[in-house]
Amino acid sequence: MEQKTKIKAEDGKQDLVIKREFSLPVELLFRAYVEPEIIEQWMGTKVLKLENKRHGCWQFETTDPKGNKHCFNGVIHEFYPNQKITRTFEMENSPFPVQLEFLEFERLTDNTSKLTMQIVYKSAEFRDQMLKLPFSQGINMAHNRIQEIVNKLL
Amino acid sequence: MNLRRDVFQAIADPTRRAILLMVASQSMTAGAIAANFDTARPTVSKHLQILTECELLKQEQNGREIYYHVNANKMEEVADFVEQFGKMWDERFNKLEAIMQAHKTKE
Repeated sequence: MEQKTKIKAEDGKQDLVIKREFSLPVELLFRAYVEPEIIEQWMGTKVLKLENKRHGCWQFETTDPKGNKHCFNGVIHEFYPNQKITRTFEMENSPFPVQLEFLEFERLTDNTSKLTMQIVYKSAEFRDQMLKLPFSQGINMAHNRIQEIVNKLL
Repeated sequence: MNLRRDVFQAIADPTRRAILLMVASQSMTAGAIAANFDTARPTVSKHLQILTECELLKQEQNGREIYYHVNANKMEEVADFVEQFGKMWDERFNKLEAIMQAHKTKE
């Protein structure tokens, strides 16, 4: 199946752009970003705090398969319903510096919409490290599987 | 371009990733690799064939045995991680879309 999400990450730049079109009215797409119960469902995170307004702050928490908790937080700088959210994003207790996110919500038709997300990192190096995360997590999963196999043999 | 997509297909499979990790530390024969898996030997052979075809693994004849080892250069090429990153977001957004479509029909 072809990916609907497009990633634009030019070499040596410290930002990237994620674009995606949804078969959803823009209002519903926007709700998925502001209602805690919905965020918890699709992001798989617990919403500890979410103030949907300028200068509001947010804090999410995820629990990994080992039971470790990871917190993310940030501040909302711009909040225009069904149009735009500008916010910071920080992974607590990680070497990654805070990043800046520009989310633009666009109505295409009554039933379709588009999300454009620009993420700006502290440096091109940090951007590349973030890009590599899903891959290294995949490797970790493979690694865990090896461990399981080894345990079975012992 | 096509070749690179093959590389990503190759590493998308957990068994093949496990094989890569295994031979990363030492060259191994097909038999030694297969011994680490519950799956049938031909299945492991098929995985080795795919990994060799897209050049992630190299074969080396040593006496009567063929040893497999990781092709570091090819692994470097996979350092274009953008595709994996996009896949993660795509799955996340697919979920969002499904959840919100359910909301839509409720209203």
